[in-house]
Amino acid sequence: MSATISFSAQLINLFAALILLLAFAMLAQRRVMQLINLFAYQGLALCLSTLVVAVSTGQTHLYWSAGLTLLLKALLLPWILHRLVRRLQVKWDVESLINIPTTMLVGIGLVIVAFNVAHPISELSSTITRGTLAIALAVVMLAFLMMITRTKAIPQVVGFLAMENGLFLAATSATYGMPMVVELGIALDVLVGAIILGVFFFQIREQFDSLDIRHMERLKDN
Amino acid sequence: MDFFVLMLAIPLVSGALLTVFGERAWAPNLNIIASLGTFLAAAGLTAEIVANGPRFAFGEQFFIDSLNVFFVALTAFVGLTTSIFSGPYMKNEAAHGRLTIPRLRLYKSMYQLFMFTMLMALTTNNLGILWVAMEAATLTTVLLVSLYRTSASLEAAWKYFILCGVGIAQALFGTILLYFAAERVLGETGNALLWTHLVEVKGELEPTVMALSFIFLLVGYGTKVGLAPLHNWLPDAHAEGPTPVSAVLSGLLLNVALYAILRCKVLADGAIHGDYAGNLMMGFGLATLLMAAFFLSRQKDVKRMFAYSSIEHMGLITFAFGMGGAVANFAGLLHMTMHSLTKSAIFFAVGHATQKTGTQLMENIRGLIRINPLIGWGLMLGTLAILGMPPFGVFASEFMILTHAMKHHPWATPVLLTALGVAFAAIFGKVQPMVFGETEAKRLPHAPAITPVFLHLGIVLMLGVYIPPYLTRWFHEAARMLG
Repeated sequence: MSATISFSAQLINLFAALILLLAFAMLAQRRVMQLINLFAYQGLALCLSTLVVAVSTGQTHLYWSAGLTLLLKALLLPWILHRLVRRLQVKWDVESLINIPTTMLVGIGLVIVAFNVAHPISELSSTITRGTLAIALAVVMLAFLMMITRTKAIPQVVGFLAMENGLFLAATSATYGMPMVVELGIALDVLVGAIILGVFFFQIREQFDSLDIRHMERLKDN
Repeated sequence: MDFFVLMLAIPLVSGALLTVFGERAWAPNLNIIASLGTFLAAAGLTAEIVANGPRFAFGEQFFIDSLNVFFVALTAFVGLTTSIFSGPYMKNEAAHGRLTIPRLRLYKSMYQLFMFTMLMALTTNNLGILWVAMEAATLTTVLLVSLYRTSASLEAAWKYFILCGVGIAQALFGTILLYFAAERVLGETGNALLWTHLVEVKGELEPTVMALSFIFLLVGYGTKVGLAPLHNWLPDAHAEGPTPVSAVLSGLLLNVALYAILRCKVLADGAIHGDYAGNLMMGFGLATLLMAAFFLSRQKDVKRMFAYSSIEHMGLITFAFGMGGAVANFAGLLHMTMHSLTKSAIFFAVGHATQKTGTQLMENIRGLIRINPLIGWGLMLGTLAILGMPPFGVFASEFMILTHAMKHHPWATPVLLTALGVAFAAIFGKVQPMVFGETEAKRLPHAPAITPVFLHLGIVLMLGVYIPPYLTRWFHEAARMLG
């Protein structure tokens, strides 16, 4: 990119980089509560970057998306998760199938892949946010990695929600956001999904006395 | 009132009513009556579309043409028969103490909401809303899969939620890319995700973006279709959930997810000149078919085995649509219909059989024909039908797919024949002793609902021998739309 990059574009890139950094931090985080906090910060950074895009492009519906993100991803969902963790008295530390340094290395590999895949598309884009599409894809892939490597139910869900964050960033960076009706629908699905998961946690715990999903490996083909 | 509005309103309103009043004695009847109402409205809508051609509803937000009206009719029909089947089935489950009254309420309200999301996904014109409805369909069924609250069913539901969640997230990324490609042509209006607008400009969409978008959409929605490698949720969810849920998952959800892929394929084909999308679908289809066929012989649980059979058939159908062209698309649509009807009939029969014998393990189910000849014959005939024996309709569609493959893609023929042969040997060898042989079984407190089984098999038989001309015209019309 050229040196004449505008201030707002620099701000957007800064927030996108922050989101990516937070995705890595989540990958490395061993404690459940801090993991949820990191997820809340990621939601906040996402909200701020959407807000900057909204101000610099004058797209009014992006103000609504930014508000929705703040409410849902930065406040409501972390609050629900915090309550769940306390109510369920989950053990504090998170176990990972692969050790953390290896996970981080795999994560770096994924980021490189994401940048390669997204490059031809960013070239086509005319939005001021086009540089962030690659970051968005990277965030999605890192969240995916987190879901695969974690063995407890709650980190898996945080991974799932972080993936949603990445997708939202992709939507704002490639196209200035999806049409409003779609965005509302997605938000509704995420919220209902989180509530159903909450119900589900209690069922799992009642049955297994733990939220470790390694107990749930009985269904096999043999 | 408009048939279309009624068709969407009935399941939504009755779902809400059943949430509140689902514990009353008349609630099971409401479930059936609502499904009947939905079916009648869908039938009215179908007649209207057949007579007057495609139409919009609510501005341009909903669009019904000959392709999706066919799925709408099928969905509403299987929804009705499954609700009839689930009446006595769920009463028996409650009598055996496997389900409590509040859980029956949850089942009924979620069943109606599931129908709503399916019909919504089928009729929406907005590809973003299509995604929302598909995700909502997962959410309504995840608590149904874990309805028994056993450790196995919780595990199945968790797997279902996480895998489908991951899959559907890929599909959302694909949709975002699609919107990105569309916006460059259609501008920043709310119309850029409306399928009818997209299809008009499909030739101008950016090929590189569409190619990437289609991969994400295929893998994403393909997870819900049960395509390899993300198919693992499917056998677990089918085996551990209540049987009516297995029947609608196999008979409806898989079809609707495949429908979403088909709509996207039309756009991808228009943008990318060549067989890119078709080749991808053929590859995924064949891999799925082969994998499922070889897993079939290892199954011990009867519902699990038929779930793998669903994966196998979905692979075959995906392969057929991948080949493309009028004949293959026709065969694909026909096979989807046949599979839906036959597989749900099989699950109805299997459901009653497992209730009578108290187990899902095939080695412990013996002599169904002595316990109840109708259930025994229902399972036997259903199995023969799904294995593609003439004169059932599955034979006709499989024959068309095979001959078309031999003509245009001869390299695929050995793979197809091997998979179908292996599947035949595996399933028939296991079902035969279940139906015949000695038994000790018990009487059920509530007489099973046999009518749906034979109703479905009757239709499949009829379509195998004779397809009415209006249905042929309809299939042709839909096949032509798919290109």
